[in-house]
Amino acid sequence: MSFSSELLIKVLVVLATAPVMALGLTLLEVKGSAWMQRRPGPLHVGLRGFIFPLATAAKYFQKETIIPKDVDEPVFKWAPAWVIAAVVGLFTIIPLSPTLIVRDLELGVFFLLAISSISTIGVLTAGWSSANKFSLMGGLRAAGQLIAYELPLILSVVGVVIQAETMSTVGIVEKQIEFGFPFVIAGQGIAFIIFMIAATAEMMRTPFDMPIGESELTMGFMTEYSGIRFLIFYISEYINLFVMCAIASTLFLGGYHIPLLPTEWVNFYGPLVLIGKTFTLAFLLIAVRWSFPRFREDQLQTLAWKVLIPLSLLNIMVTAIMKVVF
Amino acid sequence: METIDIFSYFLLLLLLLSGIKVVTTSNVIHAAIFLVFTLATTAILFILLSAEFVALVLVLVYIGAVIVLFLFGVMITRAPLGPNAELDNDQNKLFATLISLSIFGIFTYILLQTFDSTVVISEGTSTKLLGEILLSRFVFPFELVSFVLLGALIGGITLARKDNALMDEDQI
Repeated sequence: MSFSSELLIKVLVVLATAPVMALGLTLLEVKGSAWMQRRPGPLHVGLRGFIFPLATAAKYFQKETIIPKDVDEPVFKWAPAWVIAAVVGLFTIIPLSPTLIVRDLELGVFFLLAISSISTIGVLTAGWSSANKFSLMGGLRAAGQLIAYELPLILSVVGVVIQAETMSTVGIVEKQIEFGFPFVIAGQGIAFIIFMIAATAEMMRTPFDMPIGESELTMGFMTEYSGIRFLIFYISEYINLFVMCAIASTLFLGGYHIPLLPTEWVNFYGPLVLIGKTFTLAFLLIAVRWSFPRFREDQLQTLAWKVLIPLSLLNIMVTAIMKVVF
Repeated sequence: METIDIFSYFLLLLLLLSGIKVVTTSNVIHAAIFLVFTLATTAILFILLSAEFVALVLVLVYIGAVIVLFLFGVMITRAPLGPNAELDNDQNKLFATLISLSIFGIFTYILLQTFDSTVVISEGTSTKLLGEILLSRFVFPFELVSFVLLGALIGGITLARKDNALMDEDQI
């Protein structure tokens, strides 16, 4: 198969998978919240609530796009594109099996960190170009939060990279298979917790939803968005949830591998195992979202700079020493 | 001409156009966004030269951190929507042209003198090679650079923090 036709197929598969996963996670979120808070809607209405995500998507598709008079139009219109492009781009390095991956990059983990930082530009430009005080405040809060939590996210992954001696995502999973235990048990437990907290903050989900904070900022940087552009922000939030949980499963929980199953069948059960692990992690984050109140801005910054960053630096030091000793 | 050549020339054209737009637009945020395009096309050119590490560093550090801090700074200080007349400065156009042309000339001369048309092929993967060289042959300059950065960091904190002694005397 030629390079260009292979590329076309890969792009089409990713573009088809991303929204499906987002729909699945939306369903999990509304069902989970309904189950936790006794909301009758998503549990009983419309085929026991299973057509709820489709109804939401259809609602946004048929809504009118409203662009306020004073906005900076090109910047305002293209802001959602930055966010969804960065998030979908991360599908490149998610390994569903040793061969079922868009591209097993040598610098896989580094690619993750570089590409995920692009979505901040989308959030910031959305906040600024809306010509709205709520949006600007939301954009500023989002920028401060994303800058602060990008550091522990990067630093927590460094421990895994040191232990695995590779940055390729497939290589990291193979190392865990070789080792016999996933990295979350074998030395990177603290890094896993830091990664999950930082990822939650990067996704701006409760308890880190200060930039959106609907009770004080309406909808933060998304206030002026409506119709299809709001849907893009909304869907990229869930695609991001999927990607971050999939990467956490790959780096810390053994990815597509599950003990006792024959390795020659990995192409068949690998995707199911990874998606299963991903949805389990996502359910954990959903449970956190519907149980905890919001962090205050200063508490949020203190947690990042005074707790998570020193802890992750300590984790790197300990991992490096252990690597040299053993 | 092969596909890759056409692609490279297209990227170079894009790089040139976005670079010109960075300096000619009179809207700060638009300039920052055009700078993102400039840096992104540079990153793609580095990938075409199989220097993936440099490309990703460009994306992580420049697009992910520098541009974001730039946007953040513009928003915090003053964020005028629309064009800003102060950014158009006609007086220095001659000097600016002269300086940029001379920088372009110097770089072209040095690059042609050093490499001309020789093709450098390295053994092994470029990232691994880079890491090994940085921590063996260039370990001293590497550590020195990190000390310079540490100095800058401490300097930044010293300038930005509130002075408690002055605060007590109500001078701030």
